[in-house]
Amino acid sequence: MRKGTDVELLQNLGDTVGKPLIDGDSRMSCSKVDVFYNNNNQAIFDISVDLGKNEILAMIGPSGCGKSTLLRCLNRMNDTIEGCKVEGEITLDGIDVYSKNIDPVLLRSNVGMVFQKPNPFPKSIYDNVAYGPRLHGLARNGAELDDLVEESLIKSGLWKETKDRLNKPGTGLSGGQQQRLCIARTIAVKPEVILMDEPTSALDPIATATIEELMYELKSSYTIAVVTHSMQQAARISDRTAYFHLGRLVEVNETNKVFTNPEHELTENYITGRFG
Amino acid sequence: MWLEDIESNMNNTKIVQASLKKRYAKERRFKAYGIFSISLSLLFLSFLLFDITHKAMPAFTQTYLKLDIDFSYKNLKLKEGSRYSEKELFSASYRQLTSKSLYEIFPEVTNRKDKKVLRNFVSSGAQYNLRDLVIENPSLIGTKKSIWVLADDDIDSFAKGLIDRNLPESERRIKDNQLVWIDTLEADNRIEKRLNIGFLTQGDSREPEQAGIWGAIKGSFFTMLITLILSFPIGVAAAVYLEEFAPKNNWFVDLIEVNINNLAAVPSVVFGILGLAVYINLFGLPRSAPLVGGLVLFLMTLPTIIIATRAAIKSVPPSIREAALGVGASKMQMISHHVLPLAMPGILTGSIIGMAQALGESAPLLMIGMVAFVADIPQGFMDPSTVLPVQIFIWSDSPERAFIALTSAAIVVLLIFLFLMNLLAIILRKKFETRW
Ligand SMILES: Nc1ncnc2c1ncn2[C@@H]1O[C@H](COP(=O)(O)OP(=O)(O)OP(=O)(O)O)[C@@H](O)[C@H]1O
Ligand SMILES: [Mg+2]
Repeated sequence: MRKGTDVELLQNLGDTVGKPLIDGDSRMSCSKVDVFYNNNNQAIFDISVDLGKNEILAMIGPSGCGKSTLLRCLNRMNDTIEGCKVEGEITLDGIDVYSKNIDPVLLRSNVGMVFQKPNPFPKSIYDNVAYGPRLHGLARNGAELDDLVEESLIKSGLWKETKDRLNKPGTGLSGGQQQRLCIARTIAVKPEVILMDEPTSALDPIATATIEELMYELKSSYTIAVVTHSMQQAARISDRTAYFHLGRLVEVNETNKVFTNPEHELTENYITGRFG
Repeated sequence: MWLEDIESNMNNTKIVQASLKKRYAKERRFKAYGIFSISLSLLFLSFLLFDITHKAMPAFTQTYLKLDIDFSYKNLKLKEGSRYSEKELFSASYRQLTSKSLYEIFPEVTNRKDKKVLRNFVSSGAQYNLRDLVIENPSLIGTKKSIWVLADDDIDSFAKGLIDRNLPESERRIKDNQLVWIDTLEADNRIEKRLNIGFLTQGDSREPEQAGIWGAIKGSFFTMLITLILSFPIGVAAAVYLEEFAPKNNWFVDLIEVNINNLAAVPSVVFGILGLAVYINLFGLPRSAPLVGGLVLFLMTLPTIIIATRAAIKSVPPSIREAALGVGASKMQMISHHVLPLAMPGILTGSIIGMAQALGESAPLLMIGMVAFVADIPQGFMDPSTVLPVQIFIWSDSPERAFIALTSAAIVVLLIFLFLMNLLAIILRKKFETRW
């Protein structure tokens, strides 16, 4: 294990320790990604990491270390931020998502996103879930759309609570229900990858548990990258955990390895609460 | 240690308590200022409304005289026969009818001058009403019939009590002999006040008793229609472009922004001069036409709508945009499915306020000749016409006494339209408001 103060450690931080890249087929893969916000403010530095098929990658790290920034690169959500520049290569199934002939709209229908704050549309529950499929013409008729909505709501664990009030506004649900509605909206488009930015930070423990269970179930059909501030959550749900520090990816490893036997001192400091 | 803490805590409590009184006093004072300002403005407003409606009251009724009209062939100067073409009836003589009837009632009046005064008891427009009556019902010809005809505006003013009979004769518009005649007519039940329907159905006239507001209402309607058709879509599209598509931190875009804000503050008369130079002199569009008026007011309303729309678009929460983009909506879909519907209440309110401003605008329209006297009711966008505020201006400038009431009545009509537009704004806002 490398020892020293945080600054020293960062200064001679070489490559990411652990196993950022996986051996088999990866779903998404970042290599040497740098992101700059306006005025060349570099937010993340030289990050390379893979997202395997059917795995949950947890991203942890202190506030402002660039977790959201990396996540938003994966579905080009950063395109909407004026002055944001992404360098390096990010691929989805081997195709560079930043290449000229990739349409971000198409990309986002394959890489869905769930945000930190539940953000349902001020429309009915049904319309919230049906919005994506309608956009992309995924259902050929009303019955198919009904089925798709039902299936998505069942998967997100919201069907029982909402099947009798699909026409009520989605904004009238509780915070936890709203977040599950947003998840249903995301999976209704049938993406390959789901990005979640602190999906349970605004929720109580029960709603959190429901969503964690849901992620666990979704794993069988999707690749999930989740940013979280809860170490327990990362330990409970993820297959691999990535630790970020000041814009750098310090360590990536099997989750139980990170939490029981971290390879890097910065990681150890953070998970044992000695960070800072 | 802990004792000290408690002591300092109690000290703090005292300090807070001492300042509390001051704070509440400040709050009470502020409330009092607010209530005072609101009362003051309400007072002014009610005074204004009361004064205007009070002054307008006389214009809503109109004095009529009952005269026994003899539709004889001789009086009408028609050849005796059984059938007349409409043209013949149209060109028959109706001028004498009312005068003759009046002479019959007052046979003692023989003096030429007095006869003229008596004749003028009836509005000069009455002969046209009689003409229309005969054309509509030719069987009247050769008969004698009691008919209510429009009185002259002086008689009207007197009947409404606007002229004081106790004033010395020299200061009165109604002279002593006229007073006697009026009293006689009154005793005969030949004078009656009726609802002034003509005010809402006729165009402008030099004679106040025949002047109506309908021409100005239609002129305003055509003008506003042009303004709305142009400024709403162009304003909203410009705002959407500036807010969503235009590059940020670009000097040219910044320049456009500054200019739009400046345009909103430019005095409206400048737009009138611009309209005169461009639309009329350069493009050769007709003067006094609602089309040109609408084009001028469009220039004036556009910045208001752009600014209101941009503010409404800005206030749409970014989380909704991210949600739409996140499921794969294109930018245009995000705007049309989410941003515009959520911004709609603000856009509509801003647009209606802009339109209401335009409806009350007169200065720029004076520049393009909409101040001309137009007796005909406009039938289209190219017909010469005037608009409500300009009609108010024209009437307030007229010497006849009865125009004072008409001016106020026109103001009441304008206020009613403004009120309706604001009501519409509220209804639309309620309708489009999204419940979160
Ligand atoms: N839109 C933006 N414009 C400019 N700088 C930004 C923007 N978003 C993030 N940053 C900067 O990039 C860095 C990383 O931010 P990011 O949001 O990725 O952190 P994070 O790890 O998600 O933090 P948190 O855990 O608090 O969400 C921060 O220093 C932040 O100031
Ligand atoms: Mg974040």
